[in-house]
Amino acid sequence: MKHNLILRVVSKFLIPLIFLFALYVQFHGDFGPGGGFQAGIIFSTGIILYALVFGVASAKKVIPPYILRALASLGVLIYAATGVASLLLGGNYLEYGVLASTQVAGQHLGILVIELGVGITVMAVMLIIFFAFAERGRSEEECE
Amino acid sequence: MIESAVDITLLSLIAIHAVAIIRMRSLFAVIMLFGGFSFLSAGLFVAMDAADVAFTEAAVGAGISTILMLATLALTYAHEDVQKEEKQPTHKPWLPLSVVLITGGMLIYGTSDIPAFADPNAPAQKHVAPYYLKKSLPETGVPNVVTAVLASYRGFDTLGEVTVIFTAGIAVLLLIGGRRKSKIPFETRSNKE
Amino acid sequence: MKYIVEHYNYWLVIIIMMAGFYTVISRGNLIKKIAGLNIFQVSVFLLYISIGNVKDGATPIIEEGITLYSNPLPHVLILTAIVVGVATTALGLALVVRIKETYGTIEEDDIHNQDQSL
Repeated sequence: MKHNLILRVVSKFLIPLIFLFALYVQFHGDFGPGGGFQAGIIFSTGIILYALVFGVASAKKVIPPYILRALASLGVLIYAATGVASLLLGGNYLEYGVLASTQVAGQHLGILVIELGVGITVMAVMLIIFFAFAERGRSEEECE
Repeated sequence: MIESAVDITLLSLIAIHAVAIIRMRSLFAVIMLFGGFSFLSAGLFVAMDAADVAFTEAAVGAGISTILMLATLALTYAHEDVQKEEKQPTHKPWLPLSVVLITGGMLIYGTSDIPAFADPNAPAQKHVAPYYLKKSLPETGVPNVVTAVLASYRGFDTLGEVTVIFTAGIAVLLLIGGRRKSKIPFETRSNKE
Repeated sequence: MKYIVEHYNYWLVIIIMMAGFYTVISRGNLIKKIAGLNIFQVSVFLLYISIGNVKDGATPIIEEGITLYSNPLPHVLILTAIVVGVATTALGLALVVRIKETYGTIEEDDIHNQDQSL
């Protein structure tokens, strides 16, 4: 689909909007519908659209696979580390109340941080899966 | 009244999609119908006041699942095979059909004990839900109750779910990550052994 | 009539569920089996959300002046189940790709013939 002008122009216009919307869903998830799971998926669809229109090889230049693998583990790590942090500050595991000065502020902070972890993991895993399917059975030249 | 009309219409359309998926033999059509099926169920989730779920289903079911199925179709059928049809079933449909009818009949008989649809006094609505609805805003400062329960009250549960997703990603990488070096057909390989 | 109005939702969900079940047990094509599994999965989601639905209830985002909300608990369970579901579906599809590469087919009967296992 590399030579389709309309697709190229429209997707160049759409992809930044998709990313913006994903970030909105991620950080506005506590006031409106949304959260880490949805934001991760929407963010990954932006890159999948890029890969479909401009080729998998150029999409892998945007996000190389080793970064994706690191991000997938980083998300889970952020989540688990939040729990450990609340343990160290004197609460139970994943008890966010102790993370800030007041109960409510701590809860809010904790929810934001773990939603970020969820979003990163979901985004990275979806892209790992998509790249694995897209590259299977193709030689190096075909991916160019 | 208008709510149940929307409900029945969407549910019937979803059921029609499901039956069409059974009857279609072209796999491309099956996958496209599955995308429509997911999108309609996302609409139904909105009609049943589950905005978060609808959001996820629209992005996941109609987006990612469909793309992954199309990718599998491209990997499993030859480019030249335009039809991409499944084989004519060789078995008679009577045995699976009777299993399905008996199971479905028993399940429908079982629904007679379920409280009425959308009944505000059903036990499911009286147990822990009122606590979350009343306490989540003062306790967590988050107006979206779904996010509050997901991330705070059931945070440990969600940690497990994220780990499952992570594990599935690793498993897919192990199974089909990286390029295949040689393409030895199955027959020749088994002769060598 | 009242009984029908109170239960039609569950019946239609069960019909969708059985459509998915039938696809899984009667078709030999592995891609179609996975589509059937997904239909089954979505029907379970629909069942949960119908149980959490409340007549005239609002979406569970707390706002001044609204007193009746839908039950948020099934929403939470299904939200995570959907994303886990797509991850497991991807795993199943990856297995299908590997089966195709090993056996050269994704029809169950042909695989059994090659293995002489039926």
